[in-house]
Amino acid sequence: MEATKTQESFVSKLIKVITRNPIVFLLLIAAIVVGCLVENFFSWANLTNLLSNTAIRFLIALGVSGCLITKGTDLSAGRQVGFAAVVAGIMCQRGDYNGRLWKFLPEMNIGLVFVIVVLVGLFWGLINGLIVSKLHVPPFIATLGTQTIIYGISLVISDAQPIGGFQKIYTTLINGRIGNVRGFHLPYLLFVAAVFGLVFWFIYNKMRFGKYMYAIGGNDIAAEVSGVNTTRTLIRIYTTAGIMYAVAGYLLAAKSGGASASMGQGYELEAIAGCTIGGVSTTGGIGTVPGILIGVLVFELLKIILQFLGVNPYYNYVVQGLVIVLAVALDIRKYIAKK
Amino acid sequence: MAKILLEMRNITKTFPGVKALDNVNFKVEEGEIHALVGENGAGKSTLMNVLSGIYPYGTYEGDIVYDGNVCQFHNIKDSEKLGIVIIHQELALVPEMTIGENMYLGNERGHKLAIDWNTTYSEADKYLKMVGLSESSKVQVKNIGTGKQQLVEIAKALAKKARLLILDEPTSSLNEEDSRALLDLMLEFKKQGMTMIIISHKLNEVAYVADTITVVRDGATIETIDNHGTEQVSEERIIKGMVGREMTNRFPKREGVTIGDVQLEINNWTVHHPLYPERKVVDDVSMYVRKGEVVGIYGLMGAGRTELAMSIFGQSYGTNISGEMKIDGKPVKMKKSEADAIKHKIAYVTEDRKGNGLVLSQSIKVNTSLAHLDAISSHTVIDGDKEYAVAEEYRDKLKIKTPTVEQLVGNLSGGNQQKVLLAKWMFAEPDIMLLDEPTRGIDVGAKYEIYCIINDLAAAGKSVVMISSELPEVLGMSDRIYIMNEGKFVGEMKAEEATQESIMAVILQSGRGA
Repeated sequence: MEATKTQESFVSKLIKVITRNPIVFLLLIAAIVVGCLVENFFSWANLTNLLSNTAIRFLIALGVSGCLITKGTDLSAGRQVGFAAVVAGIMCQRGDYNGRLWKFLPEMNIGLVFVIVVLVGLFWGLINGLIVSKLHVPPFIATLGTQTIIYGISLVISDAQPIGGFQKIYTTLINGRIGNVRGFHLPYLLFVAAVFGLVFWFIYNKMRFGKYMYAIGGNDIAAEVSGVNTTRTLIRIYTTAGIMYAVAGYLLAAKSGGASASMGQGYELEAIAGCTIGGVSTTGGIGTVPGILIGVLVFELLKIILQFLGVNPYYNYVVQGLVIVLAVALDIRKYIAKK
Repeated sequence: MAKILLEMRNITKTFPGVKALDNVNFKVEEGEIHALVGENGAGKSTLMNVLSGIYPYGTYEGDIVYDGNVCQFHNIKDSEKLGIVIIHQELALVPEMTIGENMYLGNERGHKLAIDWNTTYSEADKYLKMVGLSESSKVQVKNIGTGKQQLVEIAKALAKKARLLILDEPTSSLNEEDSRALLDLMLEFKKQGMTMIIISHKLNEVAYVADTITVVRDGATIETIDNHGTEQVSEERIIKGMVGREMTNRFPKREGVTIGDVQLEINNWTVHHPLYPERKVVDDVSMYVRKGEVVGIYGLMGAGRTELAMSIFGQSYGTNISGEMKIDGKPVKMKKSEADAIKHKIAYVTEDRKGNGLVLSQSIKVNTSLAHLDAISSHTVIDGDKEYAVAEEYRDKLKIKTPTVEQLVGNLSGGNQQKVLLAKWMFAEPDIMLLDEPTRGIDVGAKYEIYCIINDLAAAGKSVVMISSELPEVLGMSDRIYIMNEGKFVGEMKAEEATQESIMAVILQSGRGA
């Protein structure tokens, strides 16, 4: 009797895990099916591709996750990535490049550029944080506004032109990779993502700031009466997010070998989708770093599956949109059930 | 005379347009339990918010003298540093976090950079033991009941090294058993030298636990009653101070009501939990209510009373509902729809007036007509004049205290909100009214008025079902009483035969049987 009971509970446990993360499992099954049908899907080169695509998306998702956990959102994420890419691109142009946008600048050290870009990200994040926490504008509206502002400024400073002619060291460093096992490389980007993943795991699990974030998302009044400075915490969350988008933008420009104001468009939705698929609840207070990683990975997997199936790229948007709606609908269902 | 630990001198606190506290003086001796009583809006919570620094120094007039020093608190942290810890009425816990995480929220153990979870959990376990909880501090708060959550709140306060503990309505969401346990825990802490201030509406609890009782009325301290002696002060004595007059009868008499035919009848009613369909929340319940009758359903929290009422009201709770329902003797198959229930002349007045009952951001007028807009509209267009007239009519009928029916419901006191909620359902012209905790969290005077409304409903031939977890109220208001425990009806009594003891005995026996 006892044995069957534990067996049953194992099966029911498995069913529970699957039903709680249906999208993850559906896409994994889809990947296996596609892998069996289409040649080269299970290849090392494809894996490299998947991982380096995931790396940058993961950084953005980490940034936006704090906003989601505190029942907010950050629609300016994509535009902030674009802005950072534009600033990084302009500053990393070769000194002898004819099409230099800011001719008054000397050829700049790319490390210095990184610092500047991060400061710019910090600035935008701070603005968002102040609007949300001090002016009490709902995050959806606040960041809807700032994303438009940021895009406008991106267009102004880039003259709405694509930016190219980067210093070689910038592109080679970022696109560098080690090892080569039958086409499988470890891109540097992966290490960057891993480091940030660990840092965020530490913040979310070990630091006061992380705990305050969960507390605000779970019950903001409880956090307030426990002496948590909710205003400061919210400002920090949006500022941290801004820094992450800046880092992502800096890397993205180098990875693509060019930048433009339209870069990063729609990334906020991908990041939010990744977080939601990975179990970050839009109703607040729930979400883990490993979950976010899985969510982003699965979302990138979806894109690659569509690509391998030869689906018209325009339909990709349709499918991605459907997955986002489905993910949030399933998440909300959990919440409704809880009530 | 014992040492005075806290003295609040001439405290005056003004909000725009209102003087919430007017020259209040309040003294607490070291090592006593001091009760603060008064009607809603009398200023009790405001006074405590001044004390704990939620209203910072400079936003009020007067002095706080604590432990011999004049104090200026700029935020909660300032007062907590001196050991003044307030436990708020609404549970201030984060459900998704563990007990330990909650206890040390804002008060973390360990290094500046990283929290030391080992120390956190071992210290938390220690305090949990002190309040008599055997749970591990690693359990998520959402997985323990409200009674235990309240104890976690107290453990949290102890972890802050509380010397003066303020409990704001600590038992408002607890059943009798948990309430008694909590009060006994307070008495235990008193023995260990802790000083406590308790704010409560439940006067029997105040009389049981407090050494001194301070009555606040209209923003001023009215009197301080000594309750040190062995003779407990009577509830009537406290009420007199609170309302400023003798209240000889807490329950108005119902006169000249003739009880008619059976109007609503349910048989073998079983309701399953929406999430765990194997669990029966209401189990094989049969009941009836007659025209002009007030039927009380008494049960502890979690007995399934609300679930029963909601399942009758258009299946708004539960899945897989089985059983028979008859209205006026005819079997009724009701759809899973609140609108269908209203069509069958049933109204359910929720216990959760702020959450499910009222649109707080809308006016009295809008709320009053919401459940029966058909009556004031023609071809789906609302007739504004009619809507206004209806709201005025009910305002006068139910004595809702407001200058205008355009007033936002969110700005009303609890008692007046409850009246608006009743008005809304009365306007829907039901024959059967299911009232769920109709007097929860409202003050004595307003309670009396609600009771009068219930009597008027019965006199008008309505069938009234009143769910309550306050025994005196059930005994004082009902013609007949059903006793519910763990989803089942375990007893039925005529009001004149029932006593507090006999009802509790029925519940205890049924608990043992299960």
